Amino acid sequence: MTGKSRTASADKIRCDACPVLCFIAEGRAGACDRYANQEGRLVRLDPLTILETSAGKGVRSVPFLGENGDADWDGDLLHSRRQFVTAIGAGTTYPDYKPAPFIVSQEIDGIDMVTVVTEGIFSYCGVKVKIDTDRHIGQERAVVRVDGEAIGHVMTSEYGSRMLSLGGVEHLTGGSKREGRVTCDAVLRLCNRDAVTMDIDEGAQVVVQAGKAPIIEGTAEKLMRVGCGSAAIGMFAAQWVDHADEVIVVDDHITGVLSEHQAGKLLGVKRTGIRVNGRRSTPGRYFQVAEPGTGWGGTNVQDPLAVLKDADPEYAWPGLRLLMVSTTGEQFAYFELDADLVPQPAPIPTALKASVERIAENCEPSFCSVLFMGGAGGSLRAGVTENPVRLTRSVRDALTYVSCGGAQAYVWPGGGITVMADVTEMPTNAFGYVPTPALVAPIEFTMRLADYRDLGGHMEDVRPLDTIQEGQVRRVRGFGPDPHDPGRYKWDGKP
Amino acid sequence: MMGPRSTWLSGKRLHLQHGPIDLIIGAEAAHPDAFSAAQGRFASILEELVSELALLRRPVGVDTRFEGAVAARMGAAVRGLDGVFVTPMAAVAGAVAEEVLAAMQAAAPLRRAYVNNGGDIALHLSPNCTPRPGFEVAIAGPQGHRLGVVSVDAETKVRGLATSGLGGRSLSMGIADSVTVLARSAAAADVAATLIANDVDLPRHPAISRAPANALQPDSDLGARAVVTAVGELSRGDIRRALDRGQRRAQAFHRAGLIEAAALFLRGAHRMVGHLPMTAPGSGRVEHA
Repeated sequence: MTGKSRTASADKIRCDACPVLCFIAEGRAGACDRYANQEGRLVRLDPLTILETSAGKGVRSVPFLGENGDADWDGDLLHSRRQFVTAIGAGTTYPDYKPAPFIVSQEIDGIDMVTVVTEGIFSYCGVKVKIDTDRHIGQERAVVRVDGEAIGHVMTSEYGSRMLSLGGVEHLTGGSKREGRVTCDAVLRLCNRDAVTMDIDEGAQVVVQAGKAPIIEGTAEKLMRVGCGSAAIGMFAAQWVDHADEVIVVDDHITGVLSEHQAGKLLGVKRTGIRVNGRRSTPGRYFQVAEPGTGWGGTNVQDPLAVLKDADPEYAWPGLRLLMVSTTGEQFAYFELDADLVPQPAPIPTALKASVERIAENCEPSFCSVLFMGGAGGSLRAGVTENPVRLTRSVRDALTYVSCGGAQAYVWPGGGITVMADVTEMPTNAFGYVPTPALVAPIEFTMRLADYRDLGGHMEDVRPLDTIQEGQVRRVRGFGPDPHDPGRYKWDGKP
Repeated sequence: MMGPRSTWLSGKRLHLQHGPIDLIIGAEAAHPDAFSAAQGRFASILEELVSELALLRRPVGVDTRFEGAVAARMGAAVRGLDGVFVTPMAAVAGAVAEEVLAAMQAAAPLRRAYVNNGGDIALHLSPNCTPRPGFEVAIAGPQGHRLGVVSVDAETKVRGLATSGLGGRSLSMGIADSVTVLARSAAAADVAATLIANDVDLPRHPAISRAPANALQPDSDLGARAVVTAVGELSRGDIRRALDRGQRRAQAFHRAGLIEAAALFLRGAHRMVGHLPMTAPGSGRVEHA
């Protein structure tokens, strides 16, 4: 925004927003009706004009007459097997009383297809983050913070993974101004595949970056666990029985004890008197052998013996061979009981070492996945059709395929169009923001031209793909699924 | 200071804006050169006008000469209008629209195109096409409601359309809600609409508040002349008398060949002058005066 002003007289100011240099009287607007004199100050009257909305993102701003070339617009044209125009850089029509910025048609195998692309402004949006780790990063429902501001929370853990729900309308617009700004920025960076450092209340500091290993308390995670401690016993019992009398698989979720476990029983493993802390669930399976943490198997244990009680002298014997291992095989220790039935470290037999390595080998690399999740509200849909609910129905009927920046979008059942998409399937820098604060995310609706007509589409705004000028687009190598694949549609290639 | 801005709107419309000038340009199936020409011509228009602004804010004399093409169009549009105070600024919006349209016409063949400068519109309609191209232009009242729809086709001489009244950006010396004029050029329509709207008035009526133009806009070309700031209750007789005055001005312009048609609106009443193919909302075709 321009518009410095200097006082020309007591009640008039000179506006220098444009070459006209109007004198503007107190309480009046200049010739443009855009700038006014409010108590001697020059003020802008229409901060929400199309051009000013979100720093020129309101509509596609074309550079004026050789001014800085094509930097203003970087609409993506995603090459998969075919060309597919993504909404990245397409601009938005918020508040969507106008047709979407680009409605592009092209013939695919004899069928006229149309893709409606728009950069939607999402206040109801955020990311679901899956962090492949068993380490404790925080209690379920614990608040996740960036720069001290709450941006989300820890949600229900999944198999081998911790889950975060970040962003969303409550943090974007429901809290303080700073909370909204920090949340928007963090979610934007996550969506654009940048690293974000977050602190979980009474939990760990975690660095999350889509497609990269999480960094928990300064240490990069390497592997997902092969299974819970009990599952690990089941998987490896046969490889252990000849080389160890007892195996404890330390796991914050379920710690497995070979000799008590069904798998051990079936293999004829006899009772050892090795006893673990925690609460027994079923035979050979123990909950809460220690506190959650970033040590062995997602517990706070650094010394595995800390999870053991004294051995039961009635069953234990000197020389008893004990293997302790974590669910990823990254930590392991081998002991033999001395004459007092106290475990003493000993060199691990080769066969056991091999089994430990096999656990690690069977663990998948640990990653952070970031799924954008947002709802295409009533107004965004109006940019697609004059009758927004028909778009929802068309998506439900699998006549319309929804993608985000070319990435396949999972559409939630139920009302509205609530989608999830993997940000790593999208071209880089697919997301933007507006100061609301809200995220600007690409969303495309692809369907047959005939179906578009039927749902009340803006037919007069459909333009052929080849009319989009080469100089205006950024071409990106295709990755991810082809939105034009007929198999995606209910009509299945049979127009 | 803001430079000229160029933006695409939906429906392949180009929005050009610089300072107080806002143009919306549409051209049917036009070659991209036409839009490039519009952008090119627009880039310097405001600077050109500003360089002669002092001269443009004064009534033209016999010897007045302008340097810029737009200024010349403005001067031509007001020259020869005797017996009434008017400066070339009365034609500025129409003249800018006309000039940009002329640049487009020179750059590429056009079938149907318009340059809309805040309601003052220059039209291109190619007479050699079948079906004959035309436009339907909706006229909005001060509160944004639709007063009627004017149909213009290539057969007529109408290539400019302008609307003036109390709702617009410009100050008005009259009380008309809206005066829409169809003329052969946008600049001519602009001047006529301004002057007809000025005459829709009731001098010394107690319900009408006025202020010196330069108290509201220190730079106004109207100087200390009184402009209307508010209009209170008007009787049906008041409305009739005010419209009568404006209609007389419109008829004089029509007889002189300055305009093709005009529609005057005030408080739900209206008058028509010339052949104006207008449809009012919900009332079918409005009869001609």
